[in-house]
Amino acid sequence: MSRPMELRVDPVACSGHGLCAQLLPELIVLDEWGYPVLASRPVPGSLLGEARRAVSFCPALALRLQRVPGDLQR
Amino acid sequence: MLSSATALWYASRATGVVALILLSIVVVLGILVNRRALAPGRAGLTIAGLHRFLSLLAVTFVAAHVLTAVLDSYVSISPAAAVIPLASSYEPFWLGLGAVSLDLMAAVIVTSLLRRFLGRRTWRAVHWLAYISWPVAVAHSVGSSRDLQGGWLLGLAAGCCLAVATAAALRARAARAALPRSGRVPEALRRQRELTAAGRR
Amino acid sequence: MTGPAAPPLTGRITGPDSMTPRQAAAQPRDPVTATLHPATLPVRVMPAAGGRLLLPVPAAALRDHLARFGPPPFRGAPGRLTGEIGEAGLTGRGGAAFPVHRKLAAVARAGRRPRAIAAGASRAPVVVANAAEGEPGSRKDLALLAHAPHLVLDGLQLAGEAVGATTAILYLAREPATGEWLRAQLAERAFAGLDPLQVSLASAPARFLASQESALASRLSAGPALPRYAARGIYERGVDERPTLVLNAETLAHVALIARFGPSWFRTAGTAAEPGTMLCTVLHGRTAVVTEAALGTPLRDLVNMREAQAVLAGGYHGGWIPARAAAGLRLSNASLRPAGASAGAGVLAALPEDRCGVAETARVTRYLAAESAGQCGPCLNGLPRIAGALATLAAPRAADHVLADVIRWAGLVEGRGACHHPDGTARFVRSALRAFAAEFRLHQHGRCSAPSREPFLPVPPPAAAPATEQDWI
Repeated sequence: MSRPMELRVDPVACSGHGLCAQLLPELIVLDEWGYPVLASRPVPGSLLGEARRAVSFCPALALRLQRVPGDLQR
Repeated sequence: MLSSATALWYASRATGVVALILLSIVVVLGILVNRRALAPGRAGLTIAGLHRFLSLLAVTFVAAHVLTAVLDSYVSISPAAAVIPLASSYEPFWLGLGAVSLDLMAAVIVTSLLRRFLGRRTWRAVHWLAYISWPVAVAHSVGSSRDLQGGWLLGLAAGCCLAVATAAALRARAARAALPRSGRVPEALRRQRELTAAGRR
Repeated sequence: MTGPAAPPLTGRITGPDSMTPRQAAAQPRDPVTATLHPATLPVRVMPAAGGRLLLPVPAAALRDHLARFGPPPFRGAPGRLTGEIGEAGLTGRGGAAFPVHRKLAAVARAGRRPRAIAAGASRAPVVVANAAEGEPGSRKDLALLAHAPHLVLDGLQLAGEAVGATTAILYLAREPATGEWLRAQLAERAFAGLDPLQVSLASAPARFLASQESALASRLSAGPALPRYAARGIYERGVDERPTLVLNAETLAHVALIARFGPSWFRTAGTAAEPGTMLCTVLHGRTAVVTEAALGTPLRDLVNMREAQAVLAGGYHGGWIPARAAAGLRLSNASLRPAGASAGAGVLAALPEDRCGVAETARVTRYLAAESAGQCGPCLNGLPRIAGALATLAAPRAADHVLADVIRWAGLVEGRGACHHPDGTARFVRSALRAFAAEFRLHQHGRCSAPSREPFLPVPPPAAAPATEQDWI
């Protein structure tokens, strides 16, 4: 897939388990309260597999991988 | 000398026991995955990973259990009886429970594999069926053959039940003690006021 | 035949979270918990020269409105008004200043999707007039509904036509007298056959976030007024999963005028980038004055800065600006955003010299923290901590690392919630750290230079903070 993908977290669903940061430390770190801080840049191709794994492992289904958007964003 | 027919029948019983143990571990791990307090730090990832791996392993053993049961000629069990309750001529009720448990388990596994495409709510709703699938599997195990009705296998089945019951009780207690969403902010502010009054940050 | 008179604008809500003036006066003199309840603030409407919404002789009754403006000029088909709104350059007056024509286009497009059309009424667009006015210091929407309700109601119908809506809702805070009066006005309009869309009134809880778009959509879908995080905006899936157009009441009033007088007329006031006029609520400590000004008006023409130390522009998600700098700024986002504030929903206040900027900031931040929905980890954790740190400093109490903590926390909460509540709070706090830097330094050493502990900004008391699920409905 050549379109750039980015990580997004649903902050309402996220309960701070922290599995994502353990699986993808290059792009996700935890803040002092245990909640993920995502890198703002798109996911490099080499890490896409790891990113999908992190999305799959989130117990709250809060982590998403989606195409970098362009339209009506509020 | 065991005939191949009875060998398959024994294999079915053996894989059934292993499947029951694995499924019990899977349920306990599943209960612990979401409890941040019960599994802090790196343990969370280990538990989540084990939960997935062992559930797929359990599925393999369940498949072997069903296959050997259908293939063996010692007792006649049709393939349909594996998924349709009460379709078997041998012990229709107890085998029927197995079919029910298998159907529910299939739903849980398939929705989990396709979790990406389903909404969070749909996936969660189906996943809760595991809480029905497992006890039904236990009932099926105990009632279908006399294996687990005595001796160390009965102890094993009791151990599985105890493990799941304990984990479920811990989670239920944690859920009861948890604040409703509307109470979180007042609690956080109250704690801040206490810290301020005590002179700390 | 003018029906019952418009209810007097004495303030906001007579529900369970209001206090009598005596109760308000009996509040402790701790600068952070001392409050100036919004309900105790008398409001004056002051029409200014060049006003378009607030006119010296108000046309509140339908008969007067029709005599002055005529009936709403429908275009006959969806989409026709959208282009004119775009030419006029109208931006939302609810605080976010989003271009209105883009919202209209997005909702209309969502409503035209094959699946939406196939689903029929259950997926037809909804148009909502947002008059919830969750900001405690703002009175402009309530004033507009009392002064010129039919401009708002015309705008609601015209916007509804533009997007092909089949349902119209007027969403406002619980105020029995206002609600009753508006129902009477709507009944008159219905009787005169003015409204193709039947308008229903919906009540908003007295929450800061009640007027937030996704919280509004949640509330109108029979749920609590809690912001939602969704892949698609409410313009696609809003009230009852239908495409939803939410426009501030004042924005709709401007729509009603543009539809009559055209985009070029609208642009005769304001600036090229921010045309038109906007309503402002100027807080004077003992009263609130609602007035109207063209965008680009110098702030000093709106707010008396002579004995002020700092000006708050943009309400509690806006920012503080030192008075000297504020004297050179204008009422526009182009002028205010670079200064760390915003035009917001027009709430302006000039903090008198004798008050404490640290205490005022701490009071407002405590309120903002209490009004968090508590759904997102960063906001739930960060805002109470920031509020606690500011309260410590405001006492005044010497504290070493508190400011560094506040700055770090403000950075941690920004952009990490489902809504912009943490962002706005961080902006407000940062602007205070800049504008009151000297006073903060004093407080860090346990001293305060302000002679008066009298609260200035209107903030509901801690007792009015939400604590149960019912408080969000």
